[in-house]
Amino acid sequence: MSLYFLCFILFCVGLYAVLRKRNIIKIIIGIGIIEYAVNLFIILLGYRLQGRAPILSGDQEVLNMVDPLPQAMVLTTIVVGLAVVVILTGLAIRIYEKYGTFDITKIRRLRG
Amino acid sequence: MELHLILIFMIIAAIVAVVMKDLISSLIALSAAGLGLSLAFLILKAPNLAITQLVVEILVIIILIRATIRRDLPRVIDGRWVFNTSATLLFIACFLVFGYLALKELPDFGEPAMRASAGYILSGFEKTGAGNIVNAITSSFRSYDALGEAAVLFAAIIGLLAITRKAGRVRHEK
Amino acid sequence: MKNETGMTLIVKTVTRLTTGLIMIYGIYIILHGHVSPGGGFAGGVIIALSLIHLVLAFGKDVLGRKFTIERGVFLMSLGALVYLVYSAAGFMGKRQIPEGAAGSGIFNTGLIPLGDISLGLLTGIGLFVIFMLLVSLADREEK
Repeated sequence: MSLYFLCFILFCVGLYAVLRKRNIIKIIIGIGIIEYAVNLFIILLGYRLQGRAPILSGDQEVLNMVDPLPQAMVLTTIVVGLAVVVILTGLAIRIYEKYGTFDITKIRRLRG
Repeated sequence: MELHLILIFMIIAAIVAVVMKDLISSLIALSAAGLGLSLAFLILKAPNLAITQLVVEILVIIILIRATIRRDLPRVIDGRWVFNTSATLLFIACFLVFGYLALKELPDFGEPAMRASAGYILSGFEKTGAGNIVNAITSSFRSYDALGEAAVLFAAIIGLLAITRKAGRVRHEK
Repeated sequence: MKNETGMTLIVKTVTRLTTGLIMIYGIYIILHGHVSPGGGFAGGVIIALSLIHLVLAFGKDVLGRKFTIERGVFLMSLGALVYLVYSAAGFMGKRQIPEGAAGSGIFNTGLIPLGDISLGLLTGIGLFVIFMLLVSLADREEK
């Protein structure tokens, strides 16, 4: 229970960075922290106390495994999060080329 | 007990990454948080995820450092700072209160109701011949999900090619 | 005048020794995906990291005319098509799985290594193409 709450606090640290920072790179760092917190929360839901890793070996004496289904989902989610960060970085570089700054309060002109 | 320590380490690294003014230092703090997450995956008995998270986090840090080197922002502060910060903190406090009330409904930590996964564990080896149950799920039982992930990678390439074009229209000489 | 592309001499010498080993490690993780932890995605990202290591140490012109963006996208599409054919092969009826215990060797399974290899090719070449696009975007100056 306290582990879930610590996970929510990590999510809120990332959320503060997305809402309040003025540098685009700090916003991208905040989105990365949010992604870490969400993946950790999903894996925490599927943990079994005194469990084994979900890999069968030659001797299968007792099947006391943790839940493998959330792990299969988070495996794809990690690579999708990487693609999101890549697109955001491309946008940030293009904004710097056009406006000369990373500051989001100075990019208000929507022309051209 | 170890999980609590690793989560507190990740929270401290995230706070350092958000607050620091130097960009390279905050990126190094973000990579420390990613390393803590990979250790947490190892303790939670998920070795496939620990390997994938470690190498993907290395790639994210390489891309971010390569894009932001030699370009930095001088620190300047604007007005209405007290109101904005207090409104954000109030919102985050409300979010945490409601999150705590919602977390009470979950089952206890460590006793999942594995209704869907029981079939995968018991019959995974006879049907696919793979010892790694997580790999059997992503490659054989739910193998169309990887096509969606390939579609995301293709969309990222197309998006970058669209961003890389120069803005403006081609002027025809009159 | 020293040549300016890339990093110092120590980094270049160490890169020549270690890039091939990193790529072999990535191929090992892909091929043993159904026996030990790993799989297609992690191995593909490691292969992309070995090529990125080469580009970071020697400057972005080291893979000059052999690895253009068009060839990279062609290889990536080839990997995606092979994976699609492998996924749709489930419609063609039941196949026999060879007998054997769970951890004995990597050849006593069905078609899973084919899926892992195509997924690793797709992910690795795709992430390398993304990195080259970002580098060419970040380094062009205003003309």
